[in-house]
Amino acid sequence: MLDSVKKLFRSNIRQYGMFIALALIMLFFEIITDGTLLRPLNITNLVLQNSYILILAIGMLLVIITGHIDLSVGSVAAFVGAVSAIMMVNLNIHFSLAIILSLLIGAAVGAWHGFWIAYVRIPSFIVTLAGMLLFRGLTMLVLDGKSVAPFPDGFRAISTGFLPTFGGGSLHYVTILIGIGLSLLLIVMDWRKRLLDQRYKLEVLPPVFMIVKLAVLVAILNYFAFLLASYKGLPNIFVLLFALIVFYTFIMRRTIMGRHIYALGGNEKAARLSGIKTKKMTFWVFVNMGVMAALAGLVFAARLNAATPKAGVNFELDAIAAAFIGGASATGGVGTVIGAIVGGLVMGVMNNGMSLVGLGIDYQQGIKGLVLLLAVAFDIYNKNKSS
Amino acid sequence: MASNLLEMQAITKTFPGVKALENVNLKVKEGEIHALMGENGAGKSTLMKVLSGVYEFGAYEGDILFKGETCRFRTISDSEKKGIVIIHQELALIPQLSVAENIFLGNERSKRGIIDWYKTELETRELLKTVGLDEKPSVKAGSLGVGKQQLVEIAKALSKEVKLLILDEPTAALNEEDSENLLRLLLSFKGQGITSIIISHKLNEIMKVADSITILRDGKTIETLNVHEETITEERIIQGMVGRDLTHRYPLRTPTIGDIGFEIKDWTVYHPVQSERIMVDSASLNVRKGEIVGIAGLMGAGRTELAMSLFGKSYGQKISGTILKNGTPIKVPTISAAIEAGIAYVTEDRKEYGLILMQDIKSNISLANLSSISRRYLVNDHQELVEAERYREKMAIKTPSVHQKTGNLSGGNQQKVVLSKWIFTEPELLILDEPTRGIDVGAKFEIYSIIHDAASQGKSVLMISSELPELLGMCDRIYVMNEGRITGEVAREEATQELLMKYMTRGRD
Repeated sequence: MLDSVKKLFRSNIRQYGMFIALALIMLFFEIITDGTLLRPLNITNLVLQNSYILILAIGMLLVIITGHIDLSVGSVAAFVGAVSAIMMVNLNIHFSLAIILSLLIGAAVGAWHGFWIAYVRIPSFIVTLAGMLLFRGLTMLVLDGKSVAPFPDGFRAISTGFLPTFGGGSLHYVTILIGIGLSLLLIVMDWRKRLLDQRYKLEVLPPVFMIVKLAVLVAILNYFAFLLASYKGLPNIFVLLFALIVFYTFIMRRTIMGRHIYALGGNEKAARLSGIKTKKMTFWVFVNMGVMAALAGLVFAARLNAATPKAGVNFELDAIAAAFIGGASATGGVGTVIGAIVGGLVMGVMNNGMSLVGLGIDYQQGIKGLVLLLAVAFDIYNKNKSS
Repeated sequence: MASNLLEMQAITKTFPGVKALENVNLKVKEGEIHALMGENGAGKSTLMKVLSGVYEFGAYEGDILFKGETCRFRTISDSEKKGIVIIHQELALIPQLSVAENIFLGNERSKRGIIDWYKTELETRELLKTVGLDEKPSVKAGSLGVGKQQLVEIAKALSKEVKLLILDEPTAALNEEDSENLLRLLLSFKGQGITSIIISHKLNEIMKVADSITILRDGKTIETLNVHEETITEERIIQGMVGRDLTHRYPLRTPTIGDIGFEIKDWTVYHPVQSERIMVDSASLNVRKGEIVGIAGLMGAGRTELAMSLFGKSYGQKISGTILKNGTPIKVPTISAAIEAGIAYVTEDRKEYGLILMQDIKSNISLANLSSISRRYLVNDHQELVEAERYREKMAIKTPSVHQKTGNLSGGNQQKVVLSKWIFTEPELLILDEPTRGIDVGAKFEIYSIIHDAASQGKSVLMISSELPELLGMCDRIYVMNEGRITGEVAREEATQELLMKYMTRGRD
């Protein structure tokens, strides 16, 4: 029994390594901040503070899997935020139309980058470095160097609103119900997969482990639902993020398109000779990145309630760091959406925790740099050991 | 009899979980050409790495005696100081540097840290003359062909005052002519007293140049044969290598040949960059159903160019000509259209173009035909696994599981994965480009059986190979190419190496 637990642990350590690291970091800060970290208010803030980085990290992950990089996302986010402000504040366009237009602008920017990278074959580092400068300049031009504010309330609700609820009392019942609903969904899906695996005679976890695993997951899920419910409930942005994570995980793991993206990053020449339209695929990955950058820009502008020329500075670095901490490979072909999210949360929790402790920004930057280096070193060490 | 230049005694090298070498003994006499033979994974390269100091003293057991003294090499430069130089299978030249810079890389002709370019130039010229390479020392190494690069490597070895030259598969990437040259060079070195160890899979070459042959199998020395003392046949060597009697190097087959499956007419292709350079010149050929048709030719004859341009125009520009499938013209403007039309192309370079090494066996097998295991756009993981298992069994891919990364497989097993991938697309025309390059004898036989199997299912097979015996052993009909044109068509019955060679070198009239 003990042996099989050990074996199970060892064979899955790489898969769960980042989750364990995140849990340990959270535990560490929970202790040294005397329980401030996991307070409902702080958890809500933590997600709000990092939402735009997490959105960028998803897009960046796809770019990194194809073996490219995108340095322009911070500037693009700022640019789209600025244009949306002009549309909503100066031109009084309704916010829902402005959002759609902004996302289309993001797609166009992505197409611009994708064209040079996929069809002219200029290295993405150079194309997006140029984009970083170009769109920062355009942002300042659009805003005339000044901040534009305030946004309409409907727009701000993206970043600052919470799901509606019913009933009175201090608990947000909708959040609790969602927590329970997701738990049931998780159990049903896991069970179905288990049955299917058994039908194909695959090795499955012993029932005890499966029950323990599900119990732990359900407990964590409902604990967080409860934490959030005891503040203001589920933030809108949380729902958006969750939808994005599920959607992109699904695309990357289950669809032909996802397979093609991994193959393209793993060996472009072999992928091309297997009938994959590699140029087109690269192009669309950058279009997608543009849309995600636009979305991040909107979320950030809504949170700040202003579009500023300095918005989004260094966002690209955080997004890239998130993907790498989450196990993506710099040479392409490897990485998972959930990994990038965990990587982003590791950075976010550390930012938040260190601020709570009152550590200066100088130390924070340095420590984050070291964590990035150590995370990737740990990953490479593990890979070498396993091969 | 000459004394032993090198003696490796009871060498044992263990990797975690595997004994790569066990009590291996190797004695190389002064001034001879010694061939080291064995299947892939027999331990040849590991043994040479022990000898050249890649694995430092202490990382292995046993003794190395060079010129009678015990050597304990810690690094490669230790062994090079003694005059032991190894030329690896993968060429290690830096393409952006000139020939002269490459030759003296790490061994620069210099005074107090400043390079003496005159001396470098002069010595390079001398060295190039010795190896018979007519190129300027300032030429970039990357602009030379593989054969010439190999000569530069040898010149580099000579610059280090080599006593014992080790060549790991020196002719694997060379055509017949360049191989001949290289072997002649080895013989002339022998005349100058340089001892060589040559690792090769090409039996005929070994027979031509070797004085003695040591055979390794599963990390053990099987025997050392002296070519001058006994008559040794190729069969004798193969038997030593595989440990069984391989009377038939090619599996038996009775072809059942049907109608013409694919026909190509007046196929012309131009170079993708130099738009005036013609690579394939109005080539016409046909392949019947169930037929294995070979394409012979020297390197640069346009064989790969022809194959790749047929495969969805994946090579070249200004492509003209017709492809007929079952008598009707078809259009294949893209690779996916080609796959759709039932054409599959197995590349000659499986690591670079055939496989995604970081992905597992099952993902590689399914890659070119994901739609068959998908409903709408969703891949059915379970069905993928079932298919992969089926191919693992059918192709006898030796692996603990289909979840194994293809980068960890041996050459033969990698090739089986690539073949699985393409047979999984259910092609009607299977184009194979050097399907057994760098694969050991035992695995070759299995690959041949797979090819036979494909033909017996009525597929048309087009097989490019640089090894003439392979073409003669496998094909029902052979086309010969030279300078982009098809210069001959030979039926199985009348095919001989001499005849093929004649067509292969037939120039423009």
